[in-house]
Amino acid sequence: MSQSYVDLPPKGGFSFDLCKRNDMLTQKGLKAPSFLKTGTTIVGLIFKDGVILGADTRATEGPIVADKNCEKIHYMAPNIYCCGAGTAADTEAVTDMVSSQLRLHRYQTGRDSRVITALTLLKKHLFGYQGHVSAALVLGGVDITGPHLHTIYPHGSTDTLPFATMGSGSLAAMSVFEAKYKEGLTRDEGIKLVAEAICSGIFNDLGSGSNVDICVITKGHKEYLRNYMEPNPRTYVSSKGYSFTKKTEVLLTKITPLSERVEIVEVAGEAMEE
Amino acid sequence: MTMELWLEQEEEADRETFEMTFMIPIENGHGVKNAEADSQRTLYPYVTGTSVVAIKYKDGILMASDMGGSYGSTLRYKNIERMKAIGKHSLLGASGEISDFQEILRYLDELMLNDNMWDDGNSLGPKEVHNYLTRVMYNRRNKFNPLWNTLVLGGVKNGEKYLGMVSMIGVSFEDNHVATGFGNHLARPILRDEWREDLSFEEGVKLLEKCMRVLLYRDRSAINKLQIAKMTEEGVTVSEPYSLKTFWDFKAFTNPTVGAEGSW
Repeated sequence: MSQSYVDLPPKGGFSFDLCKRNDMLTQKGLKAPSFLKTGTTIVGLIFKDGVILGADTRATEGPIVADKNCEKIHYMAPNIYCCGAGTAADTEAVTDMVSSQLRLHRYQTGRDSRVITALTLLKKHLFGYQGHVSAALVLGGVDITGPHLHTIYPHGSTDTLPFATMGSGSLAAMSVFEAKYKEGLTRDEGIKLVAEAICSGIFNDLGSGSNVDICVITKGHKEYLRNYMEPNPRTYVSSKGYSFTKKTEVLLTKITPLSERVEIVEVAGEAMEE
Repeated sequence: MTMELWLEQEEEADRETFEMTFMIPIENGHGVKNAEADSQRTLYPYVTGTSVVAIKYKDGILMASDMGGSYGSTLRYKNIERMKAIGKHSLLGASGEISDFQEILRYLDELMLNDNMWDDGNSLGPKEVHNYLTRVMYNRRNKFNPLWNTLVLGGVKNGEKYLGMVSMIGVSFEDNHVATGFGNHLARPILRDEWREDLSFEEGVKLLEKCMRVLLYRDRSAINKLQIAKMTEEGVTVSEPYSLKTFWDFKAFTNPTVGAEGSW
């Protein structure tokens, strides 16, 4: 007869129920699945009329490129986008969750979401998990109070910056920003600078690669430029292309029923056992 | 008789303890030979210099480094020259442990002196010095007693420009632009983008200053007091120390919580 506990509702805060189970499994020799990390370069900058976010498109699993054209700029609200670096599942889940929370909040208040709302929701969640949710985010958007750009670290701290970079390629991208950023950039100058910073990450960091994604957010308008630049095309592509000349050929249209060729002999006492 | 024997043995014991506690390293230029000298091996660096950045330009080599020597997280020394001329044809810059750099300078002094004594009109060029340093660094690493430095060796001899690097584990290579430490992450991307074969002196200095400024912003052990060294066929000139202009007046820095009262 098992002891019956009254199931108390969780008191709030952290829930580490499965940690004991995970410990037991690792002791028994189970190797935890390695995280799909987005070894990444993500950047954001504030220009004259709003915010420009940029990201590379390589997702790595250790030394292997798992996805060579993934999307790292996540939708949060019509006027807010978020780039994510770190464990891919964590960034996806966290941004999806806060995106739906923001939508419900929009329905309730009847107003456009503000960037600091998204910031506070993300920050609370990440701090609660004490850094175990490995998501480093660059959050940018334009709301009624103006353009905003923030970085959020996995432990829950945030920064408000005019230009920001995160991910393994952050130093390469930051060197471009520190050397070339000015206030009051125009849209084209801003896009060029963001593309340059992401390219710096792509070519100087092994964890970043493939293409450049850009998202431009201004007051009342957003442009998601997927694969804005493709600086790593396939070098040798067959000029003939892929053509499969031989179609499926019909050889014979005669039907030979097989039951006439096979004799089925019922031997008494050898019926299939249930 | 037994008393004398006992005293002799005491003396022997004393001498042994003396030798064990004050192990005098056998100086052959390549470190300690005794097996019990574990505590004499380099385990951690103490006073360190941060990055050095160097490029080839039209007339020769340009090298830049700041003048700081950090003792852990304290900025202890602010007047350390981390770039020195070697002979007539080479310029050596170092990051990492300062005492090991001074030791390397001593070895090179000896090398240059011995070379001069041949009196044959020939002098060691940058390629030779680079090779010598690579051998020294690699040998020390094999004995688990490294010289804790990353060295940048640049020079011009007979019109040929040379720029190379040796790390503390003996990795050595040659390139058009090199950087040590943090410079690899922050300065190299800029140099890969903007370096050209035919940079003039002013353009080269501007490029180096761009890199040093980024390092000043983003490397915690960098200080705003740098020197730029120029190496051409005529010889080496190390500039007087000076500082870079920095910009801190971004609107978002002056008032980060505008529109978001109470946040940070």
